Amino acid sequence: MTDTTEKAAVKATAGAAPTAPEPAPAPRTARLWRGATPWLFLLAPLALLIVFTYAPIANMVAYSFTDWDGVSPELHYTGTENYAELFTRSDLFEVFWVSGYYLAASVFQIVAALYFATILSFNVRFRNFFKGVLFFPYLINGVAIGFVFLYFFQDGGTLDSVLGLFGVETDRAWLGTPESANTSLAAVSIWRYLGLNFVLFLGAIQSIPGELYEAAELDGANRWHQFRYIIAPGIKPVLSLTVILSISGSLSVFEIPYIMTGGATGTETFVIQTVKLAFQFNKTGLASAAAVVLLLIVLAVTWVQRRLVPDDKVDLA
Amino acid sequence: MNRRTVLAMVTGALLLSACTGTGGSSKGAEAKAADDPSKVSGTITVLTHRTDLVQDGTMKKYAAEFNKTYPKVKVEFDAITDYEGEVKIRMNTENYGDVLMIPAVIEKKDYPRFFASLGTQAERSKTYRFTDYTTVDGKVYGQSPLGAVPGFIYNKKVWQEAGITDWPTTPAEFLDDLKAVKAKTDAIPYYTNFKDMWPLTQWTQVNGSVSCDDQATTRLAEGDPWAQGADVRTADTMLYDIVKSGLVEKDPTTTNWEASKPKLAKGEIATMWLGSWAVIQMQGAAKQAGADPDDIGLMPFPAQKDGTFCAVAQPDYNQAVNIHSEHKEAARAWLDWFTDKSGYAADNLALSPLKSAPLPAVMKPYEEAGVKILDLDDTKGAVVKSIDNQSEIGIYKPDYRQDLVDLARSATKGSLDDFLNGLGKKWTETQKSLGS
Repeated sequence: MTDTTEKAAVKATAGAAPTAPEPAPAPRTARLWRGATPWLFLLAPLALLIVFTYAPIANMVAYSFTDWDGVSPELHYTGTENYAELFTRSDLFEVFWVSGYYLAASVFQIVAALYFATILSFNVRFRNFFKGVLFFPYLINGVAIGFVFLYFFQDGGTLDSVLGLFGVETDRAWLGTPESANTSLAAVSIWRYLGLNFVLFLGAIQSIPGELYEAAELDGANRWHQFRYIIAPGIKPVLSLTVILSISGSLSVFEIPYIMTGGATGTETFVIQTVKLAFQFNKTGLASAAAVVLLLIVLAVTWVQRRLVPDDKVDLA
Repeated sequence: MNRRTVLAMVTGALLLSACTGTGGSSKGAEAKAADDPSKVSGTITVLTHRTDLVQDGTMKKYAAEFNKTYPKVKVEFDAITDYEGEVKIRMNTENYGDVLMIPAVIEKKDYPRFFASLGTQAERSKTYRFTDYTTVDGKVYGQSPLGAVPGFIYNKKVWQEAGITDWPTTPAEFLDDLKAVKAKTDAIPYYTNFKDMWPLTQWTQVNGSVSCDDQATTRLAEGDPWAQGADVRTADTMLYDIVKSGLVEKDPTTTNWEASKPKLAKGEIATMWLGSWAVIQMQGAAKQAGADPDDIGLMPFPAQKDGTFCAVAQPDYNQAVNIHSEHKEAARAWLDWFTDKSGYAADNLALSPLKSAPLPAVMKPYEEAGVKILDLDDTKGAVVKSIDNQSEIGIYKPDYRQDLVDLARSATKGSLDDFLNGLGKKWTETQKSLGS
């Protein structure tokens, strides 16, 4: 990148002003420095990235070929045995059905976020207040959310009393059966992540030039038309990014079900299962293999999705 | 392009370096007891899970008392909330305190790599309980400072109100008693503590008390824990029946351990399967809630062999000396003093690790009723653990019992027999695969 721009700059000066005195070529060391500058700036982030992302991943991949139990000084290389076990035991993949609940929830979440983002990008009363309300849950620590919602779903807890106010006498254990537990947990996850999607959408919508709406209004477009022909195509890249994030998020749900139910009553997700394999049954090797497989699945989903929805340039003109 | 090759190279190099595991460490060191207390010196760090005792200064008092005998040893405490998780990771280095509780994750065969030996089992078992829980090749590597006996914690007043005067002697009788509690009082007959999970693991400690056999652990290692009539099956069936008959809290999925203590003390809950260790906590909760601490009772599992109840003595965390410690003598001095002279077990109303010590006051009802206290032979304990982990059943973990409770309250479909037989099949298959 730097090399080509430099050359282009040299060419431009050479062509434009043939009579002007040539600028003295920078000394070697200076040029070396200039080439190294971006890398110097990158040193800190790269070091962090390597130490805290790539090194652990490399370690994890290495462990996935061993029978390590997580603490013993002895570990044996077992080849692809862990992967073979993973793919021959169907019960390890059954937990992905649980992700279906979160996937369904994320569809709802994206639609709701889009709706609120669109409304709040126009002039609405208490606009900033509502923005805050919607974004606030995302700022709360996930562990705290888990505990708060435990009280919320408790027998005679917040949800039951609120429903009681409206005259709906419910007498059910919200986390009692696999269906209702998963639905409840997925609802919590909507509540938590709606804000993030909302902010992404809002940012994208606000980057659309305001004249377009004016022009559209002059042409007689109503709000729906504006959304359909200006906003939706305008935020397409963010929309597809959100979809990718939602899918990979649904496959790797962890903290909310882990804190609230610990994976009991059919709410175990793939990551909870992996954590249990590693820290409860001390099968760090197998768990690493499971984590690698999840990583590959997420990468594959992203790749397929990129293929289906290519990242076009946005052109609203 | 260039950047990618660099990255690939870095990743490759890291992969290679990751493959080289930690080398073997020194093995077979000994922590000898000192002859002359006044000569032992050094600063030692004690890792403990009792964060509460460190915070309220109880541990400091113990240390001050210890210094009267060992004036030159300075004891520092490192209280760890997530003890298992944190110490496990620290044990990948050499820096894990001088004295520590052995985390459950450490395999018995690795004890000689991590801990200094305290002496031979032949010698130590004369004086101390629980020595075979940490014995490898005849040498002992840890000592539990206290023990507990499993049992039902119950609210005496509630049970009396229900018209029950004697301890039930069979699971069926127990079930009838719980039904009477439900019919005649407002209390929840039995509280599962389902959400907090670990209370469910306590049910495994029934093992031994039904058959009254000190080889109960060996039978887990060599037989099927869920065979008809086996101890664990008896316990699991009883738990299933309790839940199935609706004798538990309405919504097990949102229980709360801390809140359950005052509830039991006040008589809103009648019974919980825990152990003698819980009595002091319940009494504390009773005092705080303004209820009578004397209402808290302890009762053995409803099964008798030849007309007597049996209960199993269970060790707490075993304390050990770090093999890398620079002050092994001082560490050993602390461990011995803490076990023998600190009064820690008595302060916790727990079973003393000293065989000569009398039963604690909490166990008085057991003593009066002639309950036989069994010391289980733990020679095969390590085998049981590895079958348990390998089969992913989790006999010492909550998951399968949560499934059992879910099954009993019809949140999931299936029959109890299929469920237990399935566990048994998985267990015995793993047994065979490990044996071969």
